[in-house]
Amino acid sequence: MADLRSPVARARGLGSAKDGTHHWWLQRVTAVALVPLVVWFAVSMLRVAPDSQAAVRAWIASPVTMVMLILAIVTGFWHAVLGIQVVIEDYVHAKGWRIGLDMAVKFAAAGLTVAGVVAIFKIAFGG
Amino acid sequence: MSTADRPVSRPLSPHLQVYRPQLTSTLSISHRIAGVGLALGLLWLVVWVCAAAGSGEVYGWVAAFNGSVIGRIFLFGWTACLFFHFFNGIRHLFWDAGYGLDLKDAYTSGWTAVVAAAVCTIGSWLIASLMR
Repeated sequence: MADLRSPVARARGLGSAKDGTHHWWLQRVTAVALVPLVVWFAVSMLRVAPDSQAAVRAWIASPVTMVMLILAIVTGFWHAVLGIQVVIEDYVHAKGWRIGLDMAVKFAAAGLTVAGVVAIFKIAFGG
Repeated sequence: MSTADRPVSRPLSPHLQVYRPQLTSTLSISHRIAGVGLALGLLWLVVWVCAAAGSGEVYGWVAAFNGSVIGRIFLFGWTACLFFHFFNGIRHLFWDAGYGLDLKDAYTSGWTAVVAAAVCTIGSWLIASLMR
């Protein structure tokens, strides 16, 4: 197949988004990280999800859960933000809306990630 | 810059409407839809964790929604999105590594992802209902 890029574009190797394969690669790194995290999460939910608040708190307060759940929430939102960014870029053509929506999603994801981590710490260390 | 001024003529994406839906294209768009659904479910997971950290009253509201008919439909949908995106995502990772790109392999792996997702979704809800 013929290379459709101009010689200078090929030399820079950054493509139209100006960041090369960075976004694509991070999506794969977070995807691979999520494979064991999702397996752990699915098995955990089978045991814990329908339980009382006290049982859920006891589950969250255990060190293994804290580590895995924080990793799952952080990596999950990271992966989601990368994916939703591409969805927005594909379907939202007005530049202002595209940039604004992408920012809003990223702010919401950051806020929710921190909220989740703080809630986990509060359950574990809040007394 | 008009089309005639471009240094190279680039191929245009074919319009989606001219194609009959196929397994490969259906799973492709399903993967994206499931991904967006998973993000909404992840939001709800954080709400659930925050509620667990809060008062019994707030946790009661979240638990009541999870146990309601609409809540169960939402959570079942989230489970289906999770398992489908999980198995189809692994299929994508194999493609990224250069394996399974033949049409025949793409169909085999596609059906495998669908069946595995269905078995895990229905199986996990069956197990969960038996454990209650």
